[in-house]
Amino acid sequence: MEDIVIKAENLKKWFPVKAGFLSSLLSKRQLFVRAVDDVSFQIKKKEIFGLAGESGSGKTTTGRLLVRLIEPTSGKVYFKGKEITSLKEDEMKLLRRHMQIIFQDPYESLNPRITVGDIVAEPVRLLKGATPAEVNEVVRQTLEDVELTPPEEFILRYPHELSGGQRQRVAVARAFAVNPEFIVADEPVSMLDVSIRAEILKLMISLVQKYEASFLYITHDLALSRHMCDRLAIMYLGKIVEMSDTEKIVYEPLHPYTKALIEAVPEPDPTAKRIETVIKGEIPSPINPPPGCRFHTRCPAYIGDICRKKEPPLMNIGKNHYVACHLYGKEK
Amino acid sequence: MMTMPLLDVQNLTTYYFTRRGAVKAAEGVSFGLEKGESLGLAGESGCGKTTIALSLLKILPQGGRIVNGKVIFKGVNIVDLDETEMREKIRWKGISIVFQGAMNALNPVFKIGDQIVEAIKIHEPKVTKREAKERGKKLMEMVGIEPSRIDNYPHEFSGGMRQRALIAMSLACNPEMLIADEPGTALDVIVQAQVLRLMRELKDRLNLSLIMITHDLSMIAEVCKKIAIMYAGYLLEYGDIVTIFKKPLHPYTQDLIQSFPSIKAAKQEMISIPGTPPDLLNPPPGCRFHPRCKYAMNICKKKVPEMKKIAGDHFVACHLVKG
Ligand SMILES: Nc1ncnc2c1ncn2[C@@H]1O[C@H](COP(=O)(O)OP(=O)(O)OP(=O)(O)O)[C@@H](O)[C@H]1O
Ligand SMILES: Nc1ncnc2c1ncn2[C@@H]1O[C@H](COP(=O)(O)OP(=O)(O)OP(=O)(O)O)[C@@H](O)[C@H]1O
Ligand code: SF4
Ligand code: SF4
Ligand SMILES: [Mg+2]
Ligand SMILES: [Mg+2]
Repeated sequence: MEDIVIKAENLKKWFPVKAGFLSSLLSKRQLFVRAVDDVSFQIKKKEIFGLAGESGSGKTTTGRLLVRLIEPTSGKVYFKGKEITSLKEDEMKLLRRHMQIIFQDPYESLNPRITVGDIVAEPVRLLKGATPAEVNEVVRQTLEDVELTPPEEFILRYPHELSGGQRQRVAVARAFAVNPEFIVADEPVSMLDVSIRAEILKLMISLVQKYEASFLYITHDLALSRHMCDRLAIMYLGKIVEMSDTEKIVYEPLHPYTKALIEAVPEPDPTAKRIETVIKGEIPSPINPPPGCRFHTRCPAYIGDICRKKEPPLMNIGKNHYVACHLYGKEK
Repeated sequence: MMTMPLLDVQNLTTYYFTRRGAVKAAEGVSFGLEKGESLGLAGESGCGKTTIALSLLKILPQGGRIVNGKVIFKGVNIVDLDETEMREKIRWKGISIVFQGAMNALNPVFKIGDQIVEAIKIHEPKVTKREAKERGKKLMEMVGIEPSRIDNYPHEFSGGMRQRALIAMSLACNPEMLIADEPGTALDVIVQAQVLRLMRELKDRLNLSLIMITHDLSMIAEVCKKIAIMYAGYLLEYGDIVTIFKKPLHPYTQDLIQSFPSIKAAKQEMISIPGTPPDLLNPPPGCRFHPRCKYAMNICKKKVPEMKKIAGDHFVACHLVKG
C-alpha cells in the first residue's frame, strides 16, 4: 500500500544507565533504560495517529526515533517504503524537510533572537533553489494558514511579543512551511491554557488535510486525543499494549491498563459517577521492567502465572484492534 | 442562632507592586466557606488563584500586598493580625496549604520524616521530637504511605508519594481548613485520580474545609461541592457545582466549561475562547472579560459588573444577568 507514509518495525531504544561508583564496583553488568521496547505501527497519508500513555512510557523517544533525531538500538523505520534507519547523514538530510517536529513548549522551541518571519523562513531557505521572493511568499501563505493574519503584522515580531497560543501557531507554521509529509507533534498544547487548546488542535487537524501530511500526535491527555486522532496506541513501559480506532479505544477498551487509564480521567461533570476503581501504585522502573506482562504488578484482571512468565504479544484480534494481553488469546 | 461561616472573604484586593506598576492580581473578591465544605477555585493561568491563597495566609512575596478587604477566619479579620499572631494562631493550625509545585521543591537533603517533625516542632514547641515523629507516622499512614518510609529522602519517593507526603505534612497541626494549590496538575492521570480520591476521603474523615485550586474544572467536579470561577483577578461566578455546570450564567463560565473535553460523554465539537487573558498591569476597564466576550455591550467597557445574587448562593457578575 503506497499511502503508508511512516512505518515503525520492532523499534527499540535502550539507553545505557550511567552507573554510580558503588554500583559499578558491585556489578559489571551494564543496565539499560528500556525506553522503547519493540514497537511497531504505521501511519497513513492524512492520518492522525495518537500515542498516549503516562509519563516515561516512551512516547517522546518513539517520536524522536521516527524522525531519526536519535538512533534506534534495533528495529527499522520506513518512510514511504524506504528504510531510513541505515541511511547516511547526507542522504538523511535530503529527507529531513519531509519530516518535521513540533515541540511541547512554545517558549523554548522558538529562537528568541529572530523574528517570526525568519523563524518560519529558516527551513524554507534550506530548500534548493528557493528565491527570496518565493521564500517570502511561502512565509506569508503559511502564516495565513495558521491564522496569524494579516501576516505583515507578525513577520517582524519576536517570540516574546506573542502570546503562548500565537507562539505555538508559529511553531506549527514553521513545521508546515516546507510542505512535509510527516509531522510529529509532541504534547503541542499541554503548556497552553485550556481555553485556547481547541483552536490549535483544530488548526492542526485542518492543516493535516490541506497539506496531506501524516501526523503523529503525542499526548497524555486522552480526552483531547479523542477529538484529535483517527487511531490511538496506548503505551506502557516502552510497549504498545493496545492500538485501534480512537472510538474503539475510548468506548470499548480491552486491555486492563487502557481500561484503568480511561476510568481515571476526571469528567467535567459533577453528576457523573466518581472515579472509584483506581488501580494501585505507579509505573515501575523501566530499568528492570516486570517480567512477563509488564502490567502484571498492578493489573486488576491478573489471571495467574502466565501473566508473570510469558510476555503477551500485540495481536490483531479483529478489525485492526490490537491488544497485548493474555485475556485475549486467539489471533484472527 | 446565626451560624458564622468558618471563612468569610470580603472584597479582597491584592496587588503586586513592581517597577513597571501595580499588577492587579485580585480585585474585590468575596466568598465564604463553611466547616467541612469544599470549594474549587478555578480559572486560567495568571488569573489570581495562587494570589488568593497566599493572601489568606498572608504569605505574599515581596511587593505583594493586600490593599483592601477582609479575610474573616473564625470571626477574626486576619488582615489585621501581625506576623506573630499569624504564626501562632492561623498558619498550619487554622489554615494550612499544599503549595503549587511543592512536590518538586521538597528539600532533597532532609528525610521526609524530619521535614514533618520540623513543621510540628515549629508550630507546637511543646511537642517532643518522639511524639512528633509518632504523629508523622500516623499522618503517613493516613495518606496511604507505609509509615516505615518516614526515614526516606524525597528522591526515594515517586511523584504521587511526594504529593501524598506534602498533604500529610500540611495536616501536621490539625488544621481546620486546607488549601491545595494544583494538587493533581503535574501527575499522571492514574496517580492524579488516586490523589483526588485521597483528598475527598480526608475531607470527609477530618471534616476539613477545603479550597482546591486548579485550572482543571474536571478535577473540581470530582472533589468539590462549590465552585468559584476567576478571570483576570475577578471572581465572576460562584455557587453550587451542579448548578454552575448545568446552568452557567456568566459568558466566560459557559465558554470555559465547553472548552473542557469529556472522554465519556458523546463527542461534541471542541470550542475555544478567542483571544487571550489581559495583562494585569494594564487590565481593560469595565468587565475585564469584555475584549473576549461575544455579548459585550457598551456598558461592559465602562462599568465593572457587580456580583449579584441569583438564587440561594449562586452569584454572578455580568451586566447581562439581572439579580
Ligand atoms: N536521553 C536519554 N537518556 C536516558 N534515558 C532516557 C533518555 N531519554 C528518555 N529516557 C528515559 O526513557 C524513558 C521514556 O522516556 P520518554 O521521554 O520517551 O517518555 P514519555 O512517554 O515521552 O514521557 P513524558 O510523558 O514524561 O514526556 C524514561 O524512563 C526516560 O527517563
Ligand atoms: N511576585 C509577583 N510579582 C508580580 N506579579 C506577580 C507575582 N506573582 C504573581 N504575579 C502576577 O499576578 C497575577 C496572578 O498570579 P497568580 O500566581 O495568582 O495566578 P494563578 O491563577 O495562580 O496562575 P497559575 O494557574 O499559572 O498558577 C499574574 O498576572 C502574575 O503574573
Ligand atoms: S496479560 Fe495478564 S497481567 Fe497483563 S494485562 Fe492481561 S491479564 Fe493483566
Ligand atoms: S459584563 Fe459584558 S463583557 Fe462582561 S461577561 Fe457580561 S456581557 Fe460579557
Ligand atoms: Mg514526552
Ligand atoms: Mg497558581
